[in-house]
Amino acid sequence: MKQFQYVQPATRQAVLEAINKPGTKIIAGGTNLVDLMKRGVTAPDKLVDINHLPLKNITVTPHGLYIGALALNSVVSENKQVIEKQPLLAMALKSGASPQLRNMATVGGNMMQRTRCGYFYDTAMPCNKRVPGSGCGAYEGVNRMHAIFGASSQCIAVHPSDMCVALAALDAVVIVAGKKGEHRVPFTEFHRLPGDHPEADNNLAPGELITGIEIPDNNLAKNSYYLKVRDRQSYAFALISVAAALDIKNGIIQNARLAMGGVAHKPWRLFDAEKSLIGKKASEESFQQAAQLAMQGAKAYGYNSFKLKLAPASITEALKHAAGLV
Amino acid sequence: MESKESAIIPAIEPYVEDSSRRNFLKQSSLLTAVALTPEIAAKAAGLHLNEEIAAVFEKMPLKMEVNGKSRILSVEPRATLLDILREQLELTGTKKGCDHGQCGACTVHVDGRRVNSCLTLGVMMNGKKITTIEGLAHGDQLHPMQEAFIKHDGFQCGYCTPGQIMSAVACIREGHAGSEHEIREYMSGNICRCGAYPNIVNAIQEVKNGGQEV
Repeated sequence: MKQFQYVQPATRQAVLEAINKPGTKIIAGGTNLVDLMKRGVTAPDKLVDINHLPLKNITVTPHGLYIGALALNSVVSENKQVIEKQPLLAMALKSGASPQLRNMATVGGNMMQRTRCGYFYDTAMPCNKRVPGSGCGAYEGVNRMHAIFGASSQCIAVHPSDMCVALAALDAVVIVAGKKGEHRVPFTEFHRLPGDHPEADNNLAPGELITGIEIPDNNLAKNSYYLKVRDRQSYAFALISVAAALDIKNGIIQNARLAMGGVAHKPWRLFDAEKSLIGKKASEESFQQAAQLAMQGAKAYGYNSFKLKLAPASITEALKHAAGLV
Repeated sequence: MESKESAIIPAIEPYVEDSSRRNFLKQSSLLTAVALTPEIAAKAAGLHLNEEIAAVFEKMPLKMEVNGKSRILSVEPRATLLDILREQLELTGTKKGCDHGQCGACTVHVDGRRVNSCLTLGVMMNGKKITTIEGLAHGDQLHPMQEAFIKHDGFQCGYCTPGQIMSAVACIREGHAGSEHEIREYMSGNICRCGAYPNIVNAIQEVKNGGQEV
């Protein structure tokens, strides 16, 4: 690992000043960053440790649930308020990584984790995300884990998070601090598609810091399900994951939320499929129709063609679980 | 690098104003090949290396409690907790498996939480309480989980065992050992190449059902 300077500024203001320089990276849990540094994928000159900032709180607010950026993934997933108000988030978190990693990983860090595309990690291979302009090893390579939505010729990597898929479905808001104070970003607009700049995973500007997230209250807690399909039953990244949440009254769907993981460069929200479900009966037939609608525009790249069948089947299955039909 | 070389502090060529970056890198790779003693850091400073370069030689103080004992150390920022435990504190019970957070062999407890020590930077452990496999037994009296692993043959080669046991103890303490299914899910961060999983599950269930304090 390349040597670096390690600093632990005392206040949020001092952190914001410290991170506003090129070559600087924030470290929280470090579960992804330290790995990337060991492999030489990233080599910051300076690490800014933010763990002492008071950003670990999980609190009920008048609008919903606030979760500090430094709350541990394990703590959030076991929190009573989270399980009661937003069980989808707890389920997604518990399906991710291992107990040890969840004990280190933070909410903000989970959002900032990089793709697990093998070509991104292998510094001997071309990768536009790691070295812009060097090409994409995955496009015509071994791309079993890769995107079927929203990819570009520059990059077909997927965002690896489970937590983010649930937060995208739940209309969470990201609270970001910068030099000019705090601002709020809808979760679905936090991460970005690769386009011509796959090196940028998200829209966080240099010098900005995630301080927390807020999840607005909803009536989805009773009918929520996070389905994760992977190569082994635990401790593996998703081939496909589906966050499904329904508000059902007398068997009729009043509101629906759907997002997919393992299919795009960002958590993939299925707005059209959601709309199609409103007013329909909570039945396997409605779910299958929504799943077909969700697949419009899907494109496979060879090894990941199986996802074109697995994705709609997973959407239907997740909705059935959410509706209590399984 | 041959091991005998690492014991020798190489002579440092006098610094000259026009020495290229390549020369500096040569020198610095020699320097980093040996344990960075304060003498070497002082030497570097004496060679008029600029502040940025001198910072490279900086070690940082680290005070943590390991298995109940207070330890004061001087560490490089890039040293992981795993390497510090094994190489500076000679606690080699904690194993380096993949070194990338994928196998769990390096599992230790930090302030009571199980973590992967290979992905933990030592400098971030200031003021923390660390428990390693060496800290579980009371003298010759093995921890109930260690006894159970022996009784149930919870290993073959034994390399993953310290991590398995640290994880297994945490699994019960967390309240995640309620059923075989739950144990398997909450032990999934510890890979066993020999495939001793059924016996590991049996060992954990025995300790859980035995009601002993873990």
